Formats: sequence, C-alpha cells, structure tokens
Amino acid sequence: MTAAPQPVSGMQTVLGMLSMPKGLRLGVGPTIAAIVLAIIVIASIAAPLYIPHDPLAIDALHRLKGSSEAYLLGTDAYGRDVFSRVMMGGRVSLFIGVGAAMVSVALGLFIGLVSGFFRAADALVMRIMDSLMAIPSILLAIALVALNGPSLWSVISAITIPEIPRVVRLVRSVVLSVREEPYVEAAIALGSSMPKILWQHLMPNTLAPLIVQGTYICASAILVEAILSFLGAGVSTEIPTWGNIMAEGRLYFQIKPMLIFWPGLMLSLCILSINLLGDTARDLLDPRLKKREA
Amino acid sequence: MIGYIFRRILAVVPVMLIVAVFVFLLLRLTPGDPAAILAGDAATPAQLERIRTSLGLNEPIYVQFTTWVDQLMHGNLGISLISNTPVAQMIGQRIWPTINIAILTIILSVAIAVPMGVVAAWRHRTWVDYAVMSFSVLGFSVPVFVIGYVLIKFFSIDLRWLPVQGYTPPSQDFGKFLSRAILPCLTLATIYVALIARMTRASLLEVLGEDYIRTARAKGVKERVVLFRHALSNAAVPILTIIGTGFALLIGGVVVTESVFNIPGVGRLTVDAILARDYPVIQGIILLMSGTYVFINLLIDLSYSFFDPRIRY
Amino acid sequence: MLSETDRIQGDAPRASSRHWNRTARHVAAGLMAGVMLAGASMGTAAQAAEKTITAVMHSGLRVLDPIITTAHIVRDHGYMIYDVLVAQDHTFTPKPQMADWTISDDKTVYTFTLRDGLKFHDGSPVTAADAVASLKRWGQRDSGGQLIFDVTDSLAARDDKTIVWTLKEPYPPLLDTISKQSAVPPFIMPASVAATPPDQAITNHIGSGPFKFVESEYQPGVSVTYEKFDGYVPRDEPADWMAGGKVVNVDKVTWVTMPDAQTTINALLSGEVDYMEQVPVDLLPILQSSEDVTVEVRDPLGFQSIGRMNFLYPPFDNVKVRKAAMMALSQQDVMGTLVGNPDYYKICGSMFGCGTPLEDETGADTLINGGDIDGAKKLLAESGYDGTPVVLMQPTDVPTISAQPIVAAQALRNAGFTVDMQPMDWQTLVTRRASQAKPSEGGWNLFFTNWAVPEINSPLISPMLNGRGNDAWFGWPTDEKLEELRKEFIAAQTSEERKAVAHKIQAHAMDVVNYIPLGQFLSPQARSNKLTDMIQSPVPVFWQIKKAD
Repeated sequence: MTAAPQPVSGMQTVLGMLSMPKGLRLGVGPTIAAIVLAIIVIASIAAPLYIPHDPLAIDALHRLKGSSEAYLLGTDAYGRDVFSRVMMGGRVSLFIGVGAAMVSVALGLFIGLVSGFFRAADALVMRIMDSLMAIPSILLAIALVALNGPSLWSVISAITIPEIPRVVRLVRSVVLSVREEPYVEAAIALGSSMPKILWQHLMPNTLAPLIVQGTYICASAILVEAILSFLGAGVSTEIPTWGNIMAEGRLYFQIKPMLIFWPGLMLSLCILSINLLGDTARDLLDPRLKKREA
Repeated sequence: MIGYIFRRILAVVPVMLIVAVFVFLLLRLTPGDPAAILAGDAATPAQLERIRTSLGLNEPIYVQFTTWVDQLMHGNLGISLISNTPVAQMIGQRIWPTINIAILTIILSVAIAVPMGVVAAWRHRTWVDYAVMSFSVLGFSVPVFVIGYVLIKFFSIDLRWLPVQGYTPPSQDFGKFLSRAILPCLTLATIYVALIARMTRASLLEVLGEDYIRTARAKGVKERVVLFRHALSNAAVPILTIIGTGFALLIGGVVVTESVFNIPGVGRLTVDAILARDYPVIQGIILLMSGTYVFINLLIDLSYSFFDPRIRY
Repeated sequence: MLSETDRIQGDAPRASSRHWNRTARHVAAGLMAGVMLAGASMGTAAQAAEKTITAVMHSGLRVLDPIITTAHIVRDHGYMIYDVLVAQDHTFTPKPQMADWTISDDKTVYTFTLRDGLKFHDGSPVTAADAVASLKRWGQRDSGGQLIFDVTDSLAARDDKTIVWTLKEPYPPLLDTISKQSAVPPFIMPASVAATPPDQAITNHIGSGPFKFVESEYQPGVSVTYEKFDGYVPRDEPADWMAGGKVVNVDKVTWVTMPDAQTTINALLSGEVDYMEQVPVDLLPILQSSEDVTVEVRDPLGFQSIGRMNFLYPPFDNVKVRKAAMMALSQQDVMGTLVGNPDYYKICGSMFGCGTPLEDETGADTLINGGDIDGAKKLLAESGYDGTPVVLMQPTDVPTISAQPIVAAQALRNAGFTVDMQPMDWQTLVTRRASQAKPSEGGWNLFFTNWAVPEINSPLISPMLNGRGNDAWFGWPTDEKLEELRKEFIAAQTSEERKAVAHKIQAHAMDVVNYIPLGQFLSPQARSNKLTDMIQSPVPVFWQIKKAD
C-alpha cells in the first residue's frame, strides 16, 4: 500500500492501469479465487429465488435436526432451515463487507484529500485520526453497536469508523508526495481551481491503492461482523448473517458442529478469495512491486 | 535526535486527550442505565432515580467529565459503578493474564512466522513459497473463535492432551500455565503469524533485490549468511512496525480468545463492562489500551534508528 | 531399600541389576525422586484434606450488596455469608432460623428472640440491635418490606436478644414476607454495616452465615471464594430448604464464571469444576453419556416465562387488543422452541405458577391449548385495531429469553398485528422498559422476561400484580379492582380464604390481561458424582452438601 506516485494526469490512465497488462496472465490461485467469489456472490444475490424455506420461519417441532431432503443442512435451535439462512446470510454479510468498504473508502478519501491539501486542517484531522487508531477497533465497534442498537447500519458504521483513519493516512501520504510534483505545482501556478486539481491530479493517484485497500476492508468487515456477533454485539438474528448464524450455533458446537461449519466455510472461502484477489490487484497496481518482480 | 524524541512524546498528549473526550462522550450518549442494571428486575422508577443520584449520574455531563479528568490527574481511574471496586484494582487483577498471553503469543508468532517468511522468500515462487502464502491468507480469513473451537475440539476434547479452559498464573505453576495458555496463544497467533510471515517475506524479497546483496552473493558469501546477516537485519524495521500495528489486532483477538478459553483477562472485563454500562471501567480500560498502543508505537518509532542506521532524524 | 524406593517411585523405570554402578546411580536418582514425590504427595494430601467445591453459577458475581439489588446471584451470595431470622421450608412455612417468635393475641406485636451462639465472622455476637438495623434497611428497599413498614408502629431491640415489632394494625403476611427466600430476603448484617444508606452499596462483607467471604480472592465477575465459618452454630433440626440446621461439610466453596455453557460442560467432564448450576437442555446429551456426572433438577418449581404489555399506549391500552394478543399465543410453541425437551417444561396457565399452593389456571384456556389464531383475528377485528405497529423488544444476549420474542412476533403477525421487533442487548432493554415515552419515540409495547416461581407465587409478592399506575411494575396498569383484591388477600386469615381470593385475582388478571404467563420451565443442573446431599431448593445453597475424595 505504498504506491509510489506516478505522473498520471487523468482518469483514462487509471482505467488503463486497471485493465490487464499485456502478457501478464492471472495465476491459478487468483483465477480459482475469482471463480469461487463469483459463485458465492451470484448464489447469495439470487438466494431468494431458490431457497426452499423462509429463513425466519420457526418450527418448534423440528429443532436441531440433521440434514434431510426437506432441510439440506438441517435446522437450527429455532427449527429454521440452515441452508436458507446461510444463503440469505451471504447476501447480508457481503452487503456489510461491500458497504463498509465503500463508505470507509469514500469518507477516508474525502478527509484524506482535504487533509493532504489543506495544511490548516491537516494537524487537527491527523490528531483525531491518530486517536481513533489508538482505540482498539473491536472495543470501539462494540461500544458503537451498544450506542446505536444492533441494526444493520449501526453494525456497518461500527465497522467503518475504525477503518477510516487507515484510509485517510493512505490518501494523505499519496497526496503529500504528489502535490510536490512539478505538474501539480504547474497546475496550481496556472490557476486551476482547487476541486479540479483534486479531481484531475490527486484522485487518480490514490485510486489504485484505494481499490486494494477497499478489498481488504471488505474482507475484514465480513470477519469483524462475525466477531461482533460472537461477542453479542452483532446484527439481530431476524437478519441472518454468516456471523450471527455461527454465533447462535456456538452453543451447539459439540452436538451440531455443522451450524458453525457451513457458515464458517462460506465465510472463510469468501474472505480467502477476496484477500487473494486483493493481493493480486496490489501486485498488478503497485508499479514498484511489478518492476521488482520483472 | 533528542529533539525528535521530545517532539514525538509531546505529540502523544493531544492524541490521548482526544481519546479521553471521545470515549467519555461516546459512553454518555449510549442508551443504558447502570442504575437499572445494579438494582435488578423489580426496582421501581423511584428507586432507580435515587441510585442514579447516588452514583452521580444525574450531574450534567460536563460536571461528570471534569470530575473524571480531575480524578485522572490525581492518578485515580475511579470506582466501578457496579461492583464498587476501584477501577485500577480491577484492571490490576485482570491485566496479568492478558499480558502473559500477549507476550507468549508474540514470542510464538515471531518464532513461527519469521522462519516461514524467510523460507518463503528464499524459495521464492516454489511450492514452499505458495504454501506459506496460502497459510498466511488463510490465517486472515478464518474467524478467531472458529480457530479456537477447532483447536479445543481436536486437542482437548478428542485427544484430551490439553485442558479445555482456564488460566493458571505462571508464578503459581509454570507448567500448568503453559498447558493452559498454549491453545489460546496458538489461536491468537494464527492471524499474527500470517501478518508477520507476509511482511517478512515481502521485505526480504525487497532487500534481496538490492545491489549489496547481489554483491555479497557474487563475492561467494554463503547463502545462509546472506539471508540472516544481511537481509534479515535490514528487514527488521518493517517487521517491527507490523508487530506494533498488529497490537491493535492482538487486542481484538484477546477479547474473543478470552471468552472462548475463559481467561480472566482485561478483554472479558471490557466486554462485561460495556454490556453492563460500567462507565468508569470502560473509560479506564480504553484509555489504558490506547495509551499502550501509542506507547508501543512510540517505542517502535524510536527504535527505528537503532535497527536501521540509515534512518537519522 | 531398592523395593522401597521403587514403590515410592511408581512408574519410574526399574534399575537393571547387571551393573552395580548403574544400579547405584538409579538408587540415588530413585531416592531423590522418592523424596521429591513424597514432598509432592504430602502437598496433595494436605490439599485432599481441604475440601473445595468449584461451582459455576448462572452468572458472575459483581455486586455484593444483597439488599440493593434483586439479582439472583447476589441473593445466592447473601445466603452464603448471611443468615436470616425466619426461613421457609419446602412447604413455604416460616420456621425459626436465627430467632424464635411469639405473636400477641391482637396480632399486632411480634416478639423475636435470638437463639444462643450467634456470631459474626469477626467474632462479635449478633445482637437484637443488629437485626433491627438490618430489617430497617431492607424495609426501605424491598416492596414487601415497605408494606410492613407502612403499618409499623415501632421496631426496636428490647435487650440484646429480643426484638419487638409493633404494628398499627394486624398484618397477617408478616412472617411470610420476612421469611421469603427470594428476591430480597432480610439478611442480618452488623448494625454498623446496615447503617449504609439503602441506595449505596455496602463495602464491608461480614455476616453471621455459615460461610465467610474471602475478600482477597474476590475478582468481580470472575471468581469468588467462601470459607467455612467455624464459629457458626447450626440449628438442631435437619435442613429443609432455607430452614433447619446449616451444617457445612466442606472447607471452601469457589464460584467461577464461565462465559459459555459448552466450556463449562467440558470443564465439568474433565473434573476441573464440580458443579454447574444451569445446563442448557439442548446440551444435556453431552453430559448424559458420562459416568462421573449426574444431571438432575434441583429446583422443582423452575421459572415462569412472561410477556408484559404497556398499558399506557395503543394498541395495548385497549383490553380487547390485549386479549386478542393473548389468544394468538400458545405456550406449547413458546416452550417447545425455548426448551425443546418436554421433560423440562410444563404448560401452566396459573399466574402463581404450577406446583404452588395458589395454583389456578382460570382464564388460560387458549394459552395452554395451542392458541386460537382464528379467535384472535376475530377479536382483533372487533377491537378496532388500526394497524399501529407493536414495538416488541428483543434481547439478543440472554439465551433464556431469546425464543419468546421470535415466537410471539410470528404468532402476532399471523393474527393480523403489525409487529416492529427491535433487537437490543438486555441492558438496553431494562433501561428502555422503564421509559414511559410513546412506543414510536423510544418507548415500547411488549417485552418478555422470566421469574423464578417463588417470586410470583403469591399476589403479595408478584411484581406484575400491582395496579397502582405509575407506581406499578413496567407497563403501569391502573387497576383499582386488582388493588382491592390484593387488600382482601392481605386481610385473609386462613389458607382457604387466601386461596379463594387468589382465584378471584387470577380470574380478574387474566380477564384484563395483566400479563401473559407463557409456561414454566425447569433448569437442570449438573454435578460431579463426588458431590452428594445437596439441598433441592430453588436457591442453590452449599450447606449440607458433601464432597467425596
């Protein structure tokens, strides 16, 4: 995440960087990761079309049953269908991951650009960011969920807020080095408006590392949601997520380990794929690494 | 150099101040009433009101804040609203298990991860490298509590090699301490090992590409010496950094691991305190944790110049 | 010599006799090992002589003042280190514990006489003045106690042994109230401790009970240790629930907290702990295969699960809507989902619990017979319900109240209610249920909780059966008829009269849907087979219990 600044002037170049460089094939690992992730994402989004049961329908007579024709992965402690819950849970978990990544990247980008460009704001903003980073993120997140109640948005914001300082630091470091570049100084001297400079010259340079950072945040958000659920500060079980399905299954780990195993497997596969793709993207986008590997 | 150290230490003050204000406000805005928790199920509204007053919760927020800061200035973290015990004493009782587990975890992680990273870099783009990298990605991808339960199931329940839970202070019985701490430490170490192994590999790869390494190799210096004397010592700085920044991760992991393995540490104290809205305890712990984080990173910053002679201030 | 060493050495490899030198080395090593082992075994012998019970209770102990809170774990702590004047046996009959009593003919003067040999843990004798101060502090906190003090003329110590309690008018349930085992029994503390204002927690933990609190080993929420109090003189009668002689047969009792039932079960199976107060019914199969552990129901009454509505706001300010909601619910569904195994729950329509003297199921027909969704729909249509969402508070972190909101939400939706289920942690819930704001503005319409049956087995102590509006329990019903019936109950002289009034209260309370009883469930405990003779009462106590080596 230490992308060295390149003299780039415009969105086109960034798009060019994103497209596959010639002669460079995706390795076996990333290819498998991409396929696995695609399957999980499609299966999750399409879940309402094929799941056999209402994921919320309880049935006192069929609690904690093993897998059968009616219940592919068995039922949980409320007699709800685990298969339906896991597939619907994927939707929510992915939503939390993508949501947290997008919100923290957007907010971090904004704060970082401002902080990097306006010296006046910089000192204060960075002290606040340092403070936020100093508070252990899990503790901060639990406190935030306690503050807002265990709703979906409150969990997303609890995961997002501790991530923001990292994005801000990243953006700011890029901005600080780029703004000394001759072409940016030239643009300032030529009297380009500040938003234009930010948009045309600074944004593109930060985009590549941000995409990489965003994938990591996405993976970590899905994981943190599971941990929050485990600690009793997650989303309500009215909204199934991989995390809270596992958290509920925890009590029955010894008699029905599958309650943790299936959502755990889905979650791990998903995060594994995202992380692998993130690594690949970083290798592709980080010119310094690329140069060395070549 | 001394000027730099001084500036660096001075910069800590506003950070800690903001943490204090932030945590205080966050907690007071949180719904939840310690008096209701203290009084139990059958309390009437009038009783609750009296308890709130006696706890000082009916004072205006700025009065509560100045009282707290005043106490802090006198080195007093306050008294738990729920158990009526001094916060410092509560943390004192609970900090040692956490510290011992954390230290053992870091030792374990470094002992496992650095050789892994070195081997991966040395055998770059071979199956060894891919195995190490896969493991490190896996370490990031499985929730801590799942790892904990799998280890318990395998080593404690099926094989019956290790106790299921609990904690014995090392001063009381070191063998027992180890047998009980090993699973929690392994659980915690997975993510740390992943992190450090990746960092070791990456920085070694970077260093190995440098000219002086090529020169050394060309001069016929043994590969082992190249790796350990030249490369690893130069890669120490980023590895050190990651240990520092990983501290926050470690804290997060400790909270979960302490619940899984029933270790009476600070992590569980915090979760309990948050769920019970025991304000002074939460404030005390978060302040302490943040302070530790800032302090460790300060130490690491300062030690850069020691490990990497090229960095001068 | 050699054989002697070997015997002590146990499993150590035997010396070969072929080479003297080697054998000699072995003898020397064996001797050393023997000495070390002997030292170690002496250590274990000393430990074996000291009998410690390690118990995992239902929750961690964080508050040490049993008067300031109604939490059960603090009450249990109270029974360890304090004693009570009068205590109930398993028939709920008051029996002398620290004191015997006489009642004047006009039933207004109660004279208690302390028995001989009562001592506090610091060695000082228990005096009548201590008892008076403790009763007065308790009387300011406990709602039953407040009722007695409302009619009290004077309460004073006549001499070191005699307490005289003079009433303005007869109050028949006085002995029942001061002998109740839950939620806040009047524990006797030294007068200096009882002088603490009732809204502040006490800081000195000296009692006259059978166990001493070991302050140095107390870690709030983690562990607490009690030592046998050698100066305690038990009564001669055999122990019977909270009454009778409290004979302690172990040296120490340690309560440790574990965050997770499975961890506790594993620790019990491996012998790391001896006792687990509450085992989730679903996990019983893990324990039942073990030969070292016994699973049993200690408390034959268990808990009553309840739902309570807010009487101040629509839709539940309308009695027809409340009735429709009750009709929609089925105890079978609630208990089946919450507990699962029918051995551990009971369908019970009585507000006073089943298996109690006042048991009465009047008015609970639909509740105990699977609910009546069609009837509920019809009644809801008649009531003029306009679709106002029912704000239902769902605690996310308490397993024993996790199923009720989910089952109820489904049933209410089936009956035509609009349900807004709001998840929150239990501490937020207890704070929010005290709010009288509109449901749409931070208030609520419906929540669920559980009571131990001895806490609801009489209209006198049941927190819900109080119709005093703002002074009533959360939900705040204003119900003059209920208040009149309660007065009638207090005035009742015989148990037949009381039962007759209780029947009227049950019928009335069900008719206005004061609250919804959702069934009674038992909470099995598990103990190592080393433990025997535990008292089978709703409060887990550690006198009489024995531990084998």
